[in-house]
Amino acid sequence: MASLVADIALRHGELDLAVTLRCPPGITCVMGRSGSGKSTVLNVLAGLTTPDRGTITLGDEVWFDRAKAVDIPVHHRRLAYVFQGLALFPHMSAIQNVMYGMVEKSPAKAQALLDRVGVGPLARRRPRTFSGGEAQRVALARALARAPKLVLLDEPFSALDRELRAQLVALVKELAVELAVPVVHVTHSLAEARLLADHVIQLDRGRVIADGAPRDVLVSDAE
Amino acid sequence: MVLSVVLGTGFALLLAWKRLPLPDLFQALVSTPLVLPPTVLGFYLLTLLGPHSLVGRAYHAVFGGDIIFTFKAAVIAATVGSIPLVVGAVKIGLDAVEPNMVAAARTLGASPGRVLATVTLPLAAPGIIAGAMLGFARALGDYGMTQMVASQRFDGFGIHNESPASIFVMNEMVALREDSARNMAIATTVLGVVLLILANRLTRRLRRG
Repeated sequence: MASLVADIALRHGELDLAVTLRCPPGITCVMGRSGSGKSTVLNVLAGLTTPDRGTITLGDEVWFDRAKAVDIPVHHRRLAYVFQGLALFPHMSAIQNVMYGMVEKSPAKAQALLDRVGVGPLARRRPRTFSGGEAQRVALARALARAPKLVLLDEPFSALDRELRAQLVALVKELAVELAVPVVHVTHSLAEARLLADHVIQLDRGRVIADGAPRDVLVSDAE
Repeated sequence: MVLSVVLGTGFALLLAWKRLPLPDLFQALVSTPLVLPPTVLGFYLLTLLGPHSLVGRAYHAVFGGDIIFTFKAAVIAATVGSIPLVVGAVKIGLDAVEPNMVAAARTLGASPGRVLATVTLPLAAPGIIAGAMLGFARALGDYGMTQMVASQRFDGFGIHNESPASIFVMNEMVALREDSARNMAIATTVLGVVLLILANRLTRRLRRG
């Protein structure tokens, strides 16, 4: 099973980012205060932001290597990215959103994915009619439809109430086990990290200040 | 209208492109039809498209006719005059597209062309429609430039029913057909006002988000 290894450096506005991340298959929670560089890290991994130097590899695949002028374009990196605002396409129905990223478009597979995350009846409806939790589930189904080798989640549950968040946390945990790929989950919620994480990386002002198992990093954080 | 929308959308996309060299100069060039006298624009078009120009000679060699003083020249004049308005409205439409939508499409494996066709342009559609309406309304009102590059055909002796509204009204007045001129003037005014109301509504909706 392929691990993600990223050794990246970037100056972006006030942020001076220089981090080395090792994310094995399973859920890696990246934590830190606002401005610590969490979302920038996800954008760099996705290829939406180009680092000034460094390398990004996923197993044997080199996605970025500044020294060798390798930079695989975003649309050729087989990943799924659930944005903080979800970014569901408002002019498409739920099933069209899910099919958008499929290599082979299959309405039956898309419907099965929507059923899998519990929003099958929404297939023909557009995002403006979804509740917060329904939109999250459609966004997760869209991410899964790509059969990704890497999943990036940018605080996808931040706007949800506690009960809904607990349901979706359980769903993400289940999906991560099924996919068996690295899932990088950005959050600032300790409770969410405790429930989800197999591995925790803590950032502060663009640097990794803790990296390890949740029981070690989250305990030391509490102290 | 189709020509102004295609060109206007293309120019608006170029202006929205972050790596466009000399964006201020490009913006100024696109906007010049708003500030230059129509006779100056007509002069440029005559120089660029006239029978002795490079374009005019090439057109004659390929199609065996002239551009200037034909209906094609009237279309080109109307397009040039309407471009700044179309570009402005389309730009508002493009600015209203959330960057995350584009980023999400890219992470879902869409090439830049597919992102443009399936996400950016559909989400900017209200701006493009508003641009088309404004461009058409502007073309209705064009007189000076059209008179300079297309008037010979429309002088009351040519195929007068195909002439742009502004020249039609002028020709009817000169021919003392006041009723016909009045009817065209009223029809043009009503159409122009309706198009402007629709375009303003669409633009306002885009600005509200």
